Amino acid sequence: MKEIKDRDGGELGTEEHAPPSPTLSPDEWSRLYRDHSRQVLATLIRLLGDFDLAEEAMHEAFAQALRQWPNEGAPGNPIAWLVSTGRFKAIDQLRKDKRGRDYVSQLAPALLESVKSTHDTEDDTCFSDGALDYPRDYAVSAYEAADAELEEQSIADDQLRLIFTCCHPGLAEDAQLAMTLREMCGLTTEQVARGLLQQPTTIAQRIVRAKRKIRDARIPYEVPGASELPQRLAIVLKVIYLMYNEAYSSSSGDAVVNGDLSAEAIRLCRHLQALLPHPDVAGLMALMLLQDARKGARQNADGTLLTLEQQDRALWDKAQIEEGTQWLDWSLRSGPAGFYTLQAAVAALHTQASRYQDTDWVQITGLYDLLLQMSASPVIALNRAVALAMRDGPEAGLELLDEISESGQLDNYHLLHAARADFYRRLGRKSDAIAAYRQALLLTSQTPEKRFLQGRLAELQSAG
Amino acid sequence: MKYLALVYYQESIINAMSEKEWQDLNQECIRCVEKLSGTGNFIIGQALHPVETATTLRVRNGETLISDGPFAETKEQLAGFYLLDARDLNDAIALASNIPPARLGSIELRPIRELPPKT
Repeated sequence: MKEIKDRDGGELGTEEHAPPSPTLSPDEWSRLYRDHSRQVLATLIRLLGDFDLAEEAMHEAFAQALRQWPNEGAPGNPIAWLVSTGRFKAIDQLRKDKRGRDYVSQLAPALLESVKSTHDTEDDTCFSDGALDYPRDYAVSAYEAADAELEEQSIADDQLRLIFTCCHPGLAEDAQLAMTLREMCGLTTEQVARGLLQQPTTIAQRIVRAKRKIRDARIPYEVPGASELPQRLAIVLKVIYLMYNEAYSSSSGDAVVNGDLSAEAIRLCRHLQALLPHPDVAGLMALMLLQDARKGARQNADGTLLTLEQQDRALWDKAQIEEGTQWLDWSLRSGPAGFYTLQAAVAALHTQASRYQDTDWVQITGLYDLLLQMSASPVIALNRAVALAMRDGPEAGLELLDEISESGQLDNYHLLHAARADFYRRLGRKSDAIAAYRQALLLTSQTPEKRFLQGRLAELQSAG
Repeated sequence: MKYLALVYYQESIINAMSEKEWQDLNQECIRCVEKLSGTGNFIIGQALHPVETATTLRVRNGETLISDGPFAETKEQLAGFYLLDARDLNDAIALASNIPPARLGSIELRPIRELPPKT
């Protein structure tokens, strides 16, 4: 796994961090925020036991760093500094806030404990009435203590605690997705809303409700034990793939790939693999990288969707294909091939064919057979039918589509009708093809997809 | 932290059971309570008579209105409850997953809300 570098740079909690230079450019600041804010937040949530309080404290800490570091120089361990500063800011805030005092005494024993152990002699005065007013050397010694506390392992564990909490099965799926984007990826509520094509107020409500449930039902901030891990990891992976799919085919709009969200999904998956190396995590990453590698070729200049057959393969991102293939190999070497790994293997076979005609449909159909055994999803069945039609001809494909249609589950899925239309077209059944393309057109609101279907329709109609 | 585990199942499933299956289920529930008591997680709990014995009341404009049956017709009926003392939701889930009717119906876990101090 070591051969694959973290392409985003110092995002991983397990890496050495070079201390930032005393004066940081705006770019460096935003990079520092980007790279470290999630680690600082995850640890502050553990120490403060509250999402909102931790978020506020994290922002305060960065603001303090902005004021202090240019004059006094940046600390050797910026994460530890930011965590300690955030923690003290939070205590300070709580001391000033009457309600906060109850909170400190009742709800944050871990917080009290951590501060007490940091500075035993001060604890009486520290939590007497009135605002917390710690002397400067007290703060410094606390930073040092936090330095020791913040070992690489605990930073990594806090990151995992955060993602498993955001993806807790006690939260609704849409809340899991919104929380993960907000807390793990650091997107603002507006950015989450844009990515998911929702109103910001809807997303804000979802996040408020999720945080309230975490607090009131006491969803613990912990990494699941070995017996629950497979099930819980599957939910995390589903959320990441949902994030990626949301980006890959936003249900309407002009761009086929919403670059922001797909990049976030890949970044988060890479991060997860660093924290918790697992064949399924690597499989999902391979799948996303291999699919994402084709994004530059999926549309032509006027925004029409291009099929695999029409795509200019020279436009595929070779570096991503290379990385995706390496993760696929790692996944296959490291355990039984799961759902994502098998799909990644399909994507890899596509990238290995230098021309469409060279595609190994025999192997691809075989992989879909395995996938269908694993998950009786009608969408997988549809993909298998498309592959099988390439292997055995469109007649065989049509037979399978008839079977799939029987359940009625895909009646409103435009790709079922598009596949049917394509099979008819290849068989020369023009009027059937036209009817199916029209049906598919009715069912999609995505502009590039529409243009593609309209193009096919026009070709058939003009062919006399 | 206290959680109320509300046990729901379709009474039709229970009605379709043989006498022996029903007795076995009851004995299993007794063992479940003993186990939860032994670990200090059981605060209180009771099984309920079928929903046809339910009476619903509400007070409107000072008048008590009584009606037969549950407030809402649902697919599954409330069959009993356990008040559990658990560390957190994950702990409560682990405990409640051992409640025998979880296999037949569903368990709804509700965190107990402490009322504010009397003023």
